Amino acid sequence: MNQNAVENGERQRSSIGLKIENFSKSYDLVPVLNNISLEVNPGEIFVIMGPSGSGKSVLLKHVAGLETPTNGRIIIDGKDIAQPRTRRELSMALVFQAGALFNSMSVFDNLALYPREHRLYDRATLRQKVMRALETLSLQDAAKKHPSQLSGGMRKRVAIARALVMEPELILYDEPTSELDPTMAATIIEVIADLREEFGVTSLVVSHDRDLALTIADRVAILMHGDLLEVDTPANIKRSENPKVKDFLNPVIDIKNPRFKKKDYSS
Amino acid sequence: MKQINNILEHFGGVLILCVRSFAYLPSLPLQWRRLIEQCFLIGYTTFPIVAILSFFIGSVLALQAGYSLQAVAGQDFIGALVGLSLARELAPVMTAILLAGRVGSAISAELATMKVYQEVDALVTMNIPPERILVLPRLVAILLMMPVLTISANLIGWLGGAIIAQNIEFIQLDQRIYFQGIQNFVKFRDILDGLIKAEIFGFFVILVSCHVGLRTTGGPREIGASVTRAVVISLILILVLDYFVTSALMKF
Ligand SMILES: Nc1ncnc2c1ncn2[C@@H]1O[C@H](COP(=O)(O)OP(=O)(O)OP(=O)(O)O)[C@@H](O)[C@H]1O
Ligand SMILES: [Mg+2]
Repeated sequence: MNQNAVENGERQRSSIGLKIENFSKSYDLVPVLNNISLEVNPGEIFVIMGPSGSGKSVLLKHVAGLETPTNGRIIIDGKDIAQPRTRRELSMALVFQAGALFNSMSVFDNLALYPREHRLYDRATLRQKVMRALETLSLQDAAKKHPSQLSGGMRKRVAIARALVMEPELILYDEPTSELDPTMAATIIEVIADLREEFGVTSLVVSHDRDLALTIADRVAILMHGDLLEVDTPANIKRSENPKVKDFLNPVIDIKNPRFKKKDYSS
Repeated sequence: MKQINNILEHFGGVLILCVRSFAYLPSLPLQWRRLIEQCFLIGYTTFPIVAILSFFIGSVLALQAGYSLQAVAGQDFIGALVGLSLARELAPVMTAILLAGRVGSAISAELATMKVYQEVDALVTMNIPPERILVLPRLVAILLMMPVLTISANLIGWLGGAIIAQNIEFIQLDQRIYFQGIQNFVKFRDILDGLIKAEIFGFFVILVSCHVGLRTTGGPREIGASVTRAVVISLILILVLDYFVTSALMKF
């Protein structure tokens, strides 16, 4: 396995873990996340599920160090992300929910920006690495296109490919399989699992995708309205007795008695 | 109170952005492609309009000077008047104002869009400081291009003045006398003062536009607001700085 990695010209990667300690966030005094504590082990695939608006994207942005918490700390590989040098020492990638592609650059240049700016490879290796990432996500024909010429799902795939080229030790995915067809979603799930198998990459995945959570996750966290309800293995989460968790994972579609007409709907 | 606070915050932010960007100066040789691209962008968006405007400003200066000076038979001084006004004041100020409209607005729109659509965040997560690749090349490019634009504005303006002075009936000043006037009265020092002013205005226009763009938050409406804000701040800054820089230069 390692031999294989060296042959492919991969850089050495080590597994890193992360820890969120008593984390809270409010925007203009409106609390979005309340006292979250969780730990992701090195090499783990950790999935966070939760309804829309529960604060998942906000949590990922803080883990990536893009915003400062109102309270609490985020420790990655033993270092506080609030420290400016931490990010320089880490190799971490964030796949944004909306892609966040560079609109003025072609797809190829989007992927090549990171290795170019950090002077990682010579021209031929760079080209080969970028094309390999594009092929993994069936994007080889889109290399010359600009983000505005892509479909929503393609943009998502380019964002994932861009993270792959960075060869990080920790990848944060914000809904990697939304907007994708079932086959493509399965491919993404395989890619995430394979990165762990081959390189010990740690993955923190935000997703509504039950297949993803229940097949490859080591542990699943359920986040609702800013609170962490449960953190457990997929098998235990499936058997959860918490009615909110049950309803979230297996919503019963009842046309006669729709939930938006129930009294306690908004709680 | 809040207004004053805001202004001070802007001021501090601009200063920090400037320092942070120039801290990446050693990376400039590796970014030469971006630098050249920015130089061309500034050049070909601003030059045509600078050329047209300076031509007509030179013309109207000659016209006004000729009209006023004919009463005292002082047509010989038209060259000096047009030459000095352009070199010391009008060429740098006008070039900077056009720069704010053409380039400053474009930069603030581009950076604001990148900020709002999380492209700047993406750069940060890639350990690529936005100041290094988005701000530094633009600042250096304007320092290189501003003298070129200002000198062009001077030359084209002088030419415009010459054509008017020779061809308008009540002036009919020989071109040789006109240019002799420029030669006798416009010293190297006058041109240099103008270039220093242009350099300072241009630098601040780009710096402020970058700063305003990068601190945009919200959505499309805020992008528009940022563009307006960048241009308005630039224009005020140019005219305020103009007074202080001019009076400072007179003391040396
Ligand atoms: N910059 C901000 N300012 C104010 N409120 C914000 C900001 N960003 C997010 N919020 C609020 O935080 C809450 C959580 O948002 P977040 O984007 O994390 O949801 P999410 O769980 O990712 O939802 P989805 O599954 O739809 O992507 C929302 O109520 C949102 O309005
Ligand atoms: Mg989200």
